[in-house]
Amino acid sequence: MINLNFVFPEIFISLSLMFLLMLGVFKKNSSVIIYNLSIISLIITLALILNRPIDKDIYLFMDAYKIDYLSNFMKILTVLSAILVMFASKKYIQSLNIFNIEYPVLLLSSIVGMMVMISSNDLIVFYMGLELQSLSLYVLASYNRDNLLSSESGVKYFVLSALSSGLLLYGCSLIYGFTGSTNFDFIMNNLNNNNYILSSGIVFVLVGLAFKISAVPFHMWAPDVYQGSPTSVTSFFAILPKIAALAVFIRFLYVPFIYVVDQWQTIIVFLSIASMLFGAIAAIGQKNLKRLVAYSSIGHMGYALAGLAVNSNEGIKSSVLYITIYVFMNLGFFCCLFMLKKNDKYYENIDDLSGISKNHPFLSFCFLIILFSLAGIPPLAGFFAKFYIFMAVIESSMYYLAIIGLISTVIAAFYYLRIIKIIYFDPEKIKYDKEHNIGLQFCLIISAIFILFYFTYPSWLNEIVSKISII
Amino acid sequence: MDYPILSSLILLPSIGALFIFFTKSDLNEARSSKYIALFVSFLNLFLSLYLWYLFDQSISIFQFVENREWLGFINYKVGIDGISILFVILTTFITPLCIVSVNNTIKNKLKEFLIAILLMETLMIGVFCSLDLVIFYLFFEGGLIPMFLIIGIWGGERRVYSAFKFFLYTLLGSVLMLIAIISIYWINGTTDVTELYKLGIDSKYQNLLWLAFFSSFAVKTPMWPVHTWLPDAHVEAPTAGSVLLAAILLKMAGYGFIRFSLGLFPIASDFFVPLIYSLSLIAIIYTSLVALMQEDMKKLIAYSSVAHMGFVTLGIFTFTKQGIEGSIFQMLSHGLISAALFLCVGVIYDRMHTRLINDYGGLVSVMPKYAVLLMIFTLGAIGLPGTSGFVGEFLILIGAFKKSFIVASIASLGIILAAAYMLWLYKRVIFGSIKRDDLKKILDLNKSEIFILSSLTIPILFFGFYPEPIINTIEVSVADLIDYCNSKMLEQKK
Repeated sequence: MINLNFVFPEIFISLSLMFLLMLGVFKKNSSVIIYNLSIISLIITLALILNRPIDKDIYLFMDAYKIDYLSNFMKILTVLSAILVMFASKKYIQSLNIFNIEYPVLLLSSIVGMMVMISSNDLIVFYMGLELQSLSLYVLASYNRDNLLSSESGVKYFVLSALSSGLLLYGCSLIYGFTGSTNFDFIMNNLNNNNYILSSGIVFVLVGLAFKISAVPFHMWAPDVYQGSPTSVTSFFAILPKIAALAVFIRFLYVPFIYVVDQWQTIIVFLSIASMLFGAIAAIGQKNLKRLVAYSSIGHMGYALAGLAVNSNEGIKSSVLYITIYVFMNLGFFCCLFMLKKNDKYYENIDDLSGISKNHPFLSFCFLIILFSLAGIPPLAGFFAKFYIFMAVIESSMYYLAIIGLISTVIAAFYYLRIIKIIYFDPEKIKYDKEHNIGLQFCLIISAIFILFYFTYPSWLNEIVSKISII
Repeated sequence: MDYPILSSLILLPSIGALFIFFTKSDLNEARSSKYIALFVSFLNLFLSLYLWYLFDQSISIFQFVENREWLGFINYKVGIDGISILFVILTTFITPLCIVSVNNTIKNKLKEFLIAILLMETLMIGVFCSLDLVIFYLFFEGGLIPMFLIIGIWGGERRVYSAFKFFLYTLLGSVLMLIAIISIYWINGTTDVTELYKLGIDSKYQNLLWLAFFSSFAVKTPMWPVHTWLPDAHVEAPTAGSVLLAAILLKMAGYGFIRFSLGLFPIASDFFVPLIYSLSLIAIIYTSLVALMQEDMKKLIAYSSVAHMGFVTLGIFTFTKQGIEGSIFQMLSHGLISAALFLCVGVIYDRMHTRLINDYGGLVSVMPKYAVLLMIFTLGAIGLPGTSGFVGEFLILIGAFKKSFIVASIASLGIILAAAYMLWLYKRVIFGSIKRDDLKKILDLNKSEIFILSSLTIPILFFGFYPEPIINTIEVSVADLIDYCNSKMLEQKK
């Protein structure tokens, strides 16, 4: 008898998304209600996950679905950030005239996909979750269909992502062919170390996953998609899929292939170094803030991967901490972007920020701490994120990785400083609207407080994360 | 000691900054925010003087230690000994003077400026008090944010360039220190400084770790050839920013050399003595010569700071009691004198809006009070007996003579050069005939400027004639540090 209690959050959110879709079809002009109801259903989902403390790992559906501390933590992070993103972006969607019933429903379905991904303990379940997530995101990317850039980004994302999904699936089939199972635990126990075709299977899957978190050299889609999509979708892109993909990364590398570390470690190290350096250097020349976020998130994923490359529990924990802090920083950044509004027009170029410190002291102060935090300057939260990563990296004596990471921090600091310079040192250009809805302000304040005061009591997050044990 | 006096010293300015943050920013309210800032900083000054009173000079261990759970594996640990307490007092002494001086210099965004200054004070006191490497790094690096803003928002024409240069130079230097700190954690299992003193660091790692720390401190000191950010930052920063930079920020590196390079890596420090000596001598001679050629007053003083810090690094690495005591004394006196000189430049800049030496001349006839005070500071910078500058340089040279005659003689040349560029500056600005008509209408010092400058004059002269209180405070700790270094080096030789 399968105990469905443990997948109740997933079941609840799937049912509520179907119900909301039905409601939307049969009730006219119900987009506001559906948007609010989907936020409420996400809050209930969050409560359901939080409601069930995990003492031991639970396997469901013939071991294809695993619920443990890591998956719970990542799900909480996913749902929480989804709630905050939806709060923050409501006004934006309304003013862009894309406030339809499908929008929240698609968001919910991609969240279901992510939750499946996070918990998957089997290649097929993992692929299913990934595709559910991606298909919803393809539609969302081109949601503002009257906009040329938006449609382009949707098509681009779809084509490239389909290619990477194909590679990933091919990798899965190779792994299945040479181990005889799709189950992670089974693969772990029946692994032949000297099988080169199996390693190419691992490589194919890693390529697919690297594509999803936009690690260099599989990052080409990110800047265009980030820029073209509506900002609300970009904020979603920049935060949620990364959490899910990182969880899968951890699961995929450290459960089935834990005994063949030498086969994949170099790949991860390369991905990490390339992403850190490329993200830092390529962002310098950007003019569009959303494009800049794309490059900066490429860089940040490089740091998260550095934590994964070290092959230790410390490394995994540091990556999870990194992604947690990253979520709050990016959320804050996008909240600031949503505030750059004047007469229902949203501004997204770096030059549009010129001198906003004069008329918008609070907004520019938030920008300031978020940017310094993204640059990793102590005592803000971003510093701790990097600190944990480097602790783990140096523990396993990978000094070159640490040194390259820190040098790219300095390079990256330059473009963050450039934005601060434009905000604080340049003459003012545009006066933006000062009134914003409460949800947006709430999200910005939450993330600003998190970033600013993280250092006063950093061990609480540490303690939560320290219960994760994969190896 | 139950009352957390050090934490309250560190936190008070931040709390003040928080209060200012919530005041309204129109003109009248800006005055109230200034009163808050003054109140908080003077309170901090009295608190730190009280701390000096409580401080037990006869023991070398860390006092007023607070140890709190913070990051799980890293504790928030602060404490002071004879070396650090005077730097804390220097910080709390200079900050209120900066706040008084903003009256004349800062025209816009006064509130934000005060917040930045108070945050700087928190971070700087934190640097001198922290007894854990990670906490130290946190405070050390955190100072970049307010200083970047101070230079960038309230600075002169080339402020953007200077702010970026300052930030990126220092950041690049410091990240290597972060790697070293984390490595120390994995080598010894702790980043607690007192624990590390007891454990000692394995000598095979010391050289690399020393270099990583050196890269950070050398940029911050600044030592030749990574000093080039300093003239830019000084010239473009507003007066209060230059004062903080020269008086305290540069001292963080000197303090770091004593506390960490010497204390944690005595063997490597001994090994790298030739490097330090040659860099220090180049700094002393070369930057003095560069200072001679400057046309901008602030730049001249900035280069002279590099030269003076060259004396400091030279003194620290003599490993003699006189040398290290002299270095600490020199840092304190340079903190006072350079602050005073920058304030003096600020005074005439506010009136004439130019810093070029050639635009001035004959100020003695229109600004007699100013001329007298500037004379005292100039003589202090030269190191004339009777000013605090003399004691520091004299002790450093005694220490250096013990180690090497040649090094000491070359360093002595630096004093002559210092006399040359400072007296020449004084002559060109104060004496001679008034070249420009608008100079005739220039006003002499107003009350707040007299207050600031004379409160700097008093300690400069007092400690010049009677250095006893400072020497007494640092003596035991320095002696203990040298014994510690020597014992480690002996161990290594065996």
